[in-house]
Amino acid sequence: MSKVVIEFTDFSFTYRAQQEPTLRGITLSINEGEKVLIVGPSGSGKSTLAHCINGLIPFYYPGEMSGSLRIMGQEQSALSIAGLAEITGTVLQDPDGQFVGLTVGEDIAFVLENGAVPQLEMTERVEAAARAVDIHELLAASPQELSGGQKQKTMLAGVLVGNVDILLFDEPLASLDPYTGTKTIELIDRLQRETGKTAIIIEHRLEEVLHRPVDRIIVMKDGAIAGDLPAAELLSSSLLAEAGLREPLYLTALKYAGLVITPDMQPQHLDQLRMEGHADRLQQWMDSCAEEAEVLEPSPLLELKEVSFGYERDTEVLHRLSLTVNRGEMLAIAGRNGAGKSTVSKLICGIYRPSSGAILLNGRDISRDTIKERAEKIGFVTQNPNHMISKTLIYDEIALGLRLRGIPEDIIRGRVHEVLKVCGLHEFREWPVSALSYGQKKRVTIASILVLEPEVIILDEPTAGQDYRHYNEMMEFLRGLNSRGITVIMITHDMHLMLEYAQRTIVLADGKKLADDRPERILTDRAVVERANLKETSLFTLALKAGVGQPEELVRRFIAFDRRVRHR
Amino acid sequence: MKAKMLTFTNQNSPVHRLTGATKLIVFAVWSVSAMITYDTRCLILMLLFSLVIFRISRVRFQDYAFVLYFILLFFLLNQLAIFIFSPLEGTRIYGTRHDLFHLAGRYTVTAEQLFYQFNIALKYAVVIPMALLFLLTTDPGEFASSLNRIGVHYKIAYSVSLALRYIPDIQRDYENIAFSAQARGIDISRKEKLPARLRNIVSILLPLILASIERISTAMELRGFGNGRKRTWYRGRPFTRSDYLALGMILAIAAGSTVVTFYDGSRFYSIF
Repeated sequence: MSKVVIEFTDFSFTYRAQQEPTLRGITLSINEGEKVLIVGPSGSGKSTLAHCINGLIPFYYPGEMSGSLRIMGQEQSALSIAGLAEITGTVLQDPDGQFVGLTVGEDIAFVLENGAVPQLEMTERVEAAARAVDIHELLAASPQELSGGQKQKTMLAGVLVGNVDILLFDEPLASLDPYTGTKTIELIDRLQRETGKTAIIIEHRLEEVLHRPVDRIIVMKDGAIAGDLPAAELLSSSLLAEAGLREPLYLTALKYAGLVITPDMQPQHLDQLRMEGHADRLQQWMDSCAEEAEVLEPSPLLELKEVSFGYERDTEVLHRLSLTVNRGEMLAIAGRNGAGKSTVSKLICGIYRPSSGAILLNGRDISRDTIKERAEKIGFVTQNPNHMISKTLIYDEIALGLRLRGIPEDIIRGRVHEVLKVCGLHEFREWPVSALSYGQKKRVTIASILVLEPEVIILDEPTAGQDYRHYNEMMEFLRGLNSRGITVIMITHDMHLMLEYAQRTIVLADGKKLADDRPERILTDRAVVERANLKETSLFTLALKAGVGQPEELVRRFIAFDRRVRHR
Repeated sequence: MKAKMLTFTNQNSPVHRLTGATKLIVFAVWSVSAMITYDTRCLILMLLFSLVIFRISRVRFQDYAFVLYFILLFFLLNQLAIFIFSPLEGTRIYGTRHDLFHLAGRYTVTAEQLFYQFNIALKYAVVIPMALLFLLTTDPGEFASSLNRIGVHYKIAYSVSLALRYIPDIQRDYENIAFSAQARGIDISRKEKLPARLRNIVSILLPLILASIERISTAMELRGFGNGRKRTWYRGRPFTRSDYLALGMILAIAAGSTVVTFYDGSRFYSIF
C-alpha cells in the first residue's frame, strides 16, 4: 500500500466575501506516484481545489475552511505557503504570467534562488532540469523569443528543479495549439513515469489529456466530487454529460452508430479501443445518414490579391498571398504562431498597408481607405476582451463607436438597444462592465462592433479559455449572427470550432496559403495538419481503424448529425 | 518591431566583465565628479579617459546611435537656452569681459561666455559615454544581484529585474489595444486631444497591469519568493580583481579632480 500524499476529509471552503461555499464536503485521497486528472466545467471548484493543494488558499486567497486537508501527513493549515511550495510544484495555465525570469535559465533557477541554494549547485541543477524537458539549448533565451510550448517546458523545468513530491498542473493546455498540447501531455507523462512523482492535472479538455493514460479521473461539479473512477468507467457512464463536459469525439460517433460503450472496450484511448464485430455498425450508420453537403453560391465579399507585406524591409511576413472570403460565410483561418494570421487581419483593417498587391471589398480596391472608413465595413474583435473595453457602463461601451461618428443620441439609443437584444445582453444594459463574466465581456466587445453594422467581422480566438458550455454559447451566438447575413472570419487553433462551425478553413504557413478547403478535409490531411501545428481529428483516426470507406465523409456526416442532435 | 535601442548585448569586453554594481558605482561617482568640476584640464583628461574606456568596451554604434542623436539635440537646445537666458554668465563667473562681437540688444558674444559654454559641453561629453556604457554593458539579469550585493534588499533589487521582464509584455498589450481601438474607428493617434487620449489608454492599461501583477505575485509566492531573509542569484557574479581595480581607479580620479578643482579656492578654472 503506497503512502497517501493528499487527503481531503469532509473539506469545505468559502472565499471571504462570498456567501456560498465554493468547495463542499470534499473527501478525496491521492496516493504517492498516482497520476490523477481532475475535470469539471468552469465554476465547478476545480481551480479552488488546486489552490488548496498548493497553499494559495488560505495564504493568498483567505476564507473559511472546515473539515481536514492533510498533505504529506501534515495538516495543510499548519504549513506555510513556503513549506507547501517545497512539497507541491505548480504549473499555472498562463505561461506568460508566471515567467518571472529574464531568461529561461533564471526562470528555472527561481525557486532555488529563493531557497538560497549556492550558485554552483544551482547551475548544475538548472542544467539537469532543463535537459529533462529538452530546453537546455535555450537557457539564455528571453521569454519574448520563446514559443508557447517552450515557455511551458520552462515552467515544467522550474518545478522539477525544486525536487517537489507533487506536480500540479492547472489547465496546462489552455494557451497551446493542438500539436503543442499533445507534446505537453507526452512530456508530463514521461516525466511522471521517470520520476515516480505524484501528478495532478486539472483540465476540461478531456480528449487531449487522455492522449496518455491516467490512473483515475475526478469529476467536479458545483463544488463537490461527482465521480472518482478510472477513465474507462467514466467514459462508459453518463457523468460527463451531466457535468456539462465533452467526451472524446470518437466516442460520440460510436454512440450515434448505436454502440453502447462499456469499460471492456477500453474507450479511454483510440489505440486500445476494442470494437471487434462493431466496426461495420459505423459504416451502416454513415450510409444511413447520407446528406448532401450544403453548397454556398460563392459571391466574393473580401479578396486579397497577391498581397505581400513585411514589418522590416528585407523580411517578408506574407508572400503574394491571395484569398477570398465569400459573402455570408463562416471562415476559419488557422496556422501556427508566426504564420501570418494576425498580420492578415491587420492588413484587412488597414493598420498596415501591403507592400504590394490589392485588397478588395465588394470588388472595390480599399487600399486608399482609412482605418476609420474600413471600420464601418469590417469589424475586429480581439482575443482578450479587456483589451477593447474602455468605458465603465455596457451601454456607453457599445455606443462609443457611434458617438465618435457624431450620430444623434436618439438614433444611437435605438441601435444600441437592438444590438443588446441580439447579443443577449439587454437585461444587463445598466450594469457596469466589471460585473460581467469573461464570456459576457466578449459579447460586449462583439456588440460594440456589431452596432456599427459591419458586413464582416474578424474574431481572434473567439473561444479561447472557455469551457464546453461557454464555447457552445459563444459559437451558437456567432452562428446566429452569421445567419443574419454577417460574414464571420475566425482566427483559431481550435479544431472542434473549425470542424463544427467553419464552412471553410484557410491554413497559412510561412506567410503563404498552405490549404483552402472544407475543415474536415483539412483536419484529415496529414501533411497540412503537421505544418500548421494542428492534430488529426480522432474521428478520422476512428474511421480508419474501423475500415470505413471514405473516412472524410464520416467526419462531415458526423458533424452535420451532431449539430442536429444538439439543437433538437 | 521597433528598432532595439539601448539593449544589452554581450560583447565580452573587459567593461562587460565588470559586475553591474561596480558599473553603477563608477557611473555615479564619475557623474558627480564631472558635475562638480569646471576645471577644464580635469574635464579634458576625463574625456580622454572615458573615450579610451568606450573604445575598450567595443559597443557598436548602431546600438546607441538613436539615443546619441537625441542627447545631442538636447545638448544643442541646452546650449542655446543658456546663451538666450544668460548671455553674460561667463563674464559674471570669471570676472573679466572680452567682447568678441555684438549681435543684437543685450546679446554680445564674449570670450568668457564661449569658454563657459565650452566647459558645459565638455561636461556633457564626459558624462555621456559613461552613461551609455552603463546602460549598454550591464546585463539586466546580473544587475539585480549586484544591487543586492551592495546592500539593497533583494525584494527591491528583484523588482528592477521584474520591471525589465514585463516592459515588453506591456508594450505588446499596448499595441493590441491601439490596434483594436483603431479598427473600431477610435483615433488614439492624432485627432483626439492628448488628455482624453491618455485617459483612455490608462483606463485600459491600468487594470491589465494590476491583473498581471497579481498573477505574477501569486506565481512568485508559489515558488517561494520572499520567504527567506536571503536569497542567492543564478546570474550573480563575485567581485573580481578588475572590479576592485575599477573602483580604486574611479576613487582616485574623483579625489584627483576634486583636489585640482578646489586647489585655488574656486570651482571655475579661468584662462583669463
